[in-house]
Amino acid sequence: MNQETARYYVPAPSTWPITGSIALLFMGFGAAFSVNKIPAGYWLLTIGFSILFYMIFGWFRTVARESEAGKFNDQVDKSFRWGMSWFIFSEVMFFAAFFGALYYMRVLSVPWLSDLEHKILWPDFAGGWPASGPGITQKFTPMGPWGLPAFNTFLLLTSGVTVTWAHWALKLNKRGQLKWGLFLTILLGFLFIGCQAYEYMHAYSELDLKLTSGAYGATFYMLTGFHGFHVTLGAIMLTVIYCRVLSGHFKPEHHFGFEGVSWYWHFVDVVWLGLFIFVYWLV
Amino acid sequence: MAAVHHPDHGHGHEHEHHGAPSGIMRWMTTTNHKDIGTLYLWFSFMMFLTGGVMALTIRAELFQPGLQLVEPEFFNQLTTLHGLVMVFGAIMPAFVGFANWQIPMMIGAPDMAFARMNNWSFWLLPPAALLLIGSFFVPGGAAAGGWTLYPPLSTQMGMGMDMTIFAVHIMGASSIMGSINIVTTVLNMRAPGMTMMKMPLFVWTWLITAYLLIAVMPVLAGAVTMLLTDRHFGTNFFNAAGGGDPVMFQHIFWFFGHPEVYIMILPAFGIVSQIIPVFARKPLFGYSSMVYATSSIAILSFVVWAHHMFTVGMPVSAQLFFMYATMLIAVPTGVKVFNWTATMWQGSMTFEAPMLFAIGFIFLFTLGGFSGIVLAIVPVDIQLQETYYVIAHFHYVLVSGSLFALFGGTYYWLPKWTGHMYDETLAKTHFWLSMIFFNVTFFVQHFLGLAGMPRRTPDYALQFADFNQISSIGAFGFGLSQLLFLYVILKCIRGGEKATNQVWEGADTLEFTLPSPPPYHSFETPPIVK
Ligand code: HEM
Ligand SMILES: [Cu+2]
Repeated sequence: MNQETARYYVPAPSTWPITGSIALLFMGFGAAFSVNKIPAGYWLLTIGFSILFYMIFGWFRTVARESEAGKFNDQVDKSFRWGMSWFIFSEVMFFAAFFGALYYMRVLSVPWLSDLEHKILWPDFAGGWPASGPGITQKFTPMGPWGLPAFNTFLLLTSGVTVTWAHWALKLNKRGQLKWGLFLTILLGFLFIGCQAYEYMHAYSELDLKLTSGAYGATFYMLTGFHGFHVTLGAIMLTVIYCRVLSGHFKPEHHFGFEGVSWYWHFVDVVWLGLFIFVYWLV
Repeated sequence: MAAVHHPDHGHGHEHEHHGAPSGIMRWMTTTNHKDIGTLYLWFSFMMFLTGGVMALTIRAELFQPGLQLVEPEFFNQLTTLHGLVMVFGAIMPAFVGFANWQIPMMIGAPDMAFARMNNWSFWLLPPAALLLIGSFFVPGGAAAGGWTLYPPLSTQMGMGMDMTIFAVHIMGASSIMGSINIVTTVLNMRAPGMTMMKMPLFVWTWLITAYLLIAVMPVLAGAVTMLLTDRHFGTNFFNAAGGGDPVMFQHIFWFFGHPEVYIMILPAFGIVSQIIPVFARKPLFGYSSMVYATSSIAILSFVVWAHHMFTVGMPVSAQLFFMYATMLIAVPTGVKVFNWTATMWQGSMTFEAPMLFAIGFIFLFTLGGFSGIVLAIVPVDIQLQETYYVIAHFHYVLVSGSLFALFGGTYYWLPKWTGHMYDETLAKTHFWLSMIFFNVTFFVQHFLGLAGMPRRTPDYALQFADFNQISSIGAFGFGLSQLLFLYVILKCIRGGEKATNQVWEGADTLEFTLPSPPPYHSFETPPIVK
C-alpha cells in the first residue's frame, strides 16, 4: 500500500455537521410550533428542511468525491460496513416499537376492553380484530391483503431481485446490466410508493379507514406510513446511486455506496413482509 | 496492557491542515476526537449546573411544608426538566465525552471511525438543549408530567410537551450516531495486537453501552412519536376509548428506560475499573469475569423493565418473573463489586482524588444496589413505589454512582488532557464535601420514603418536615461544592505542576505512553501492542 492509503482517512474540519444542526434547530422549533398551529412554525419548518436537504446533498457529495479520489482504504471501507449494519439495526428497533404496539393492542388491550369486567363501562364493544375501540362509533372496513397489498409484495420482492442482479453485474463490471438492474429497481420502488398512495386514498374515501379509526387505524397507518417513508428514502438513495453509476462511479472491487443502499433496500423489503403478514394478512 | 512499541518516535509529522479554522469555527467544524470530547464535557457540565439550579429550587421549596417559593405547576415542570436535563444533558454526554477523549487513545487509533459524523453527534445536542430549556418560556410552560412522560398527562399538556418530544428525537439521533461511531471504532480501529480481551475495561463497557443505546434509543423515539400523534393527529395508542392503553406507554418507555439506567452506569463501571488497579498497584482482579458480567448485565437489562410498573396492575406470574429477573442482575453486579474489592486486597494503595471517588463509588453504589433489591421485591415495592425511597435509590446509583465515577475519571485523566497536575488538596476537599453532603441529602430520603412521603409533590405532611430540612441543607452543600470542582478544573487548565507521560505510577494503558498533553493527532501510525 502506498503512503496515501496506508493511513486511515480522517476528514478535515467540515461545516456540514453544524449546517445540519442549524437545520434541526429550525426544524425542532418549527415542528413544535406547527403542530400547535402557530403560523411562524410552518416557515421555520420550511427553512429547516431546506437547510437539511442542502446539507445532505453537500455532505454526501463530499463523501462521494472522497471515495472517487481513492481516499478510503480497506479499513475505512470496513468501518462503513459496520456503521451501516448498526444503523439498520437501529431502524429495526424503531419498527419493533410499532410492531410491539400492534401486538399489545391486538392481543391485550382490545380484548381487555371487551371482557366481562368492562361490560358495565362499554356494553356494546365486541372486541375482536380489526377493532377501532369502545369509544369510537364510526365504522370502517379493514384493508384486505389480496388486492393491492399482494401486488405491492410482488413489486418489492421483484425489486429485491433486480437490485441483486445489478450488484452482480457491478462485480463483474457489466455496466450495461448494472444500469438496467438499478433502473428497474428504482422503477419498482416508485411504483410501490404510487400504489401505497392510491391505497391510502382508497382507504380514506371508500373504506372510511382513517388515522383516527382507533387501534386498527393508528397501527395500520403508523406502520405502513413509516415503512412508506423509508421506501421513499430508499428510492431516493437508489436514484442517487443510479446517477453516480451513470457518471462512472464505483468499481467492481470498491463500491460500498452501492452496497449500503442495497442493504437498506433489502431491509425495507423485509419490514414489508412483516407488515404484509401482521398488518394485512392476519386479520 | 503490556509493552508498547512506537514505530514513529515523537510524532514528528503534524497534519498539514491547510488553513485549519481557528477561534469559534475550530470548535464548530472540528473532526478531532479530543476537541469533540472537550465539547461534550463542557456541554455536560453546563447542563449539570442548569439541572442543579432546578434541583436546588426544588429543595428550597421542600425546605418547609406548605407552598412558599413556586407554584405547584412550576414545581412539576422543575422535577420533570431536572430529570430530563440530568439524564440526557449531563450524565450521558459526559460519558460520551470520556469515550471520545479516551477510546481512540486507549486502543491506539488515530481518531474515531467517523470523525465528521462525530462532530454532528455533538452539535445536535445544543439545539435539543435549547428546545428543552426554551420550553419553560412558552405558554403553558415546560413538560410537567415527570421525566418518564407518562400519558394521559403527557397527551394533555401544552406545547412545552411537543418541544420536549422533539428534543428527545434530536438527542436520540445524537446518541445513535455517537454509538455507531463508538462500536465501529472499537471493532475496527484497534492497534495491531490489541485483541478484544486485551482492551481496557473502559473500552469494553462502552462497547456494550453503545450496543444498548443503538437498541433502545429508537424504541424511545417510537414511544414519543406515538405520543405526538396521539396529541395532534388523532391516533389512539394511549387512549382506552380508541382501543389503546396508557399502560402500553409505560411498557414501551421502560423497555427503553431500564437499559437506559445501565447505559448510565456501565461506563462508570469502566472508569472505576481503570482507576482501582492503578492506585492499588495491582492488575484488575478477574478481568474476563468483568467482561462477562458486563455483558450479562446488558442482556438481562432487556427483561426487567416491568419492575417500574408493579403497581399498574399485572398478572402475578408477570410480577414474579420481573422480580426474579431483576434480582438476577444483582449477581453480575455483585461479581463486579467483589472484583474491585479483591483488586484492592493487599494492594499498595494510595488515596489520591480519583481513588477516593472510586472507593466512594463502590460504597455508595452498592448501597444503591441494595435499595434496588428492596424495590425489586413486589410486596415491598407496592408500598414504596412513587415514594421518596425510589428517589433515594436512584440518586445513590446515579449521583454517587455515575457522577462520582465521572468526577473520579476527570481527576484521573485531567493531567493527561491538560498536561498539568490538578490541585490535590482542593480535589480531596471536593471529594469529602461531595461525599458528606451527598449522604446528608439522600440518606434521609430513604426514611421519608419508608414513612410514605410521595415523590413529585411541592407540599407534604408536617411529620416529614425534619428530614426534608436536612435533605435541603445537604443539597445546597452538595451544589455549592461543585463550584469547587469547576475551580479545580479551571486552575488545572491554566497551569500547575507538569504531568509526566505516565501521570500515575501504576498506569499502563496506551494513553499513558503518549506525552501529556497528547499531540493533537495521536497514534496516526498505530502502536504495536504485545
Ligand atoms: C442491583 C441493581 C438494581 C436494582 C435491583 C434496581 C431496581 C429498581 C427498581 C425495582 C426500581 C423501581 C422502583 C419503583 O419505581 O417503585 C428502580 C428504579 C430506578 N432505578 Fe434502579 N435498580 C438497580 C440499579 C440501578 C442503576 C445502576 C441505576 C442507574 C444508574 C438505576 C436507576 C434507577 C432509576 C432512575 C429509577 C427510577 C425511575 C423513575 O421512576 O423515575 N437503578 N430500580
Ligand atoms: Cu429498572
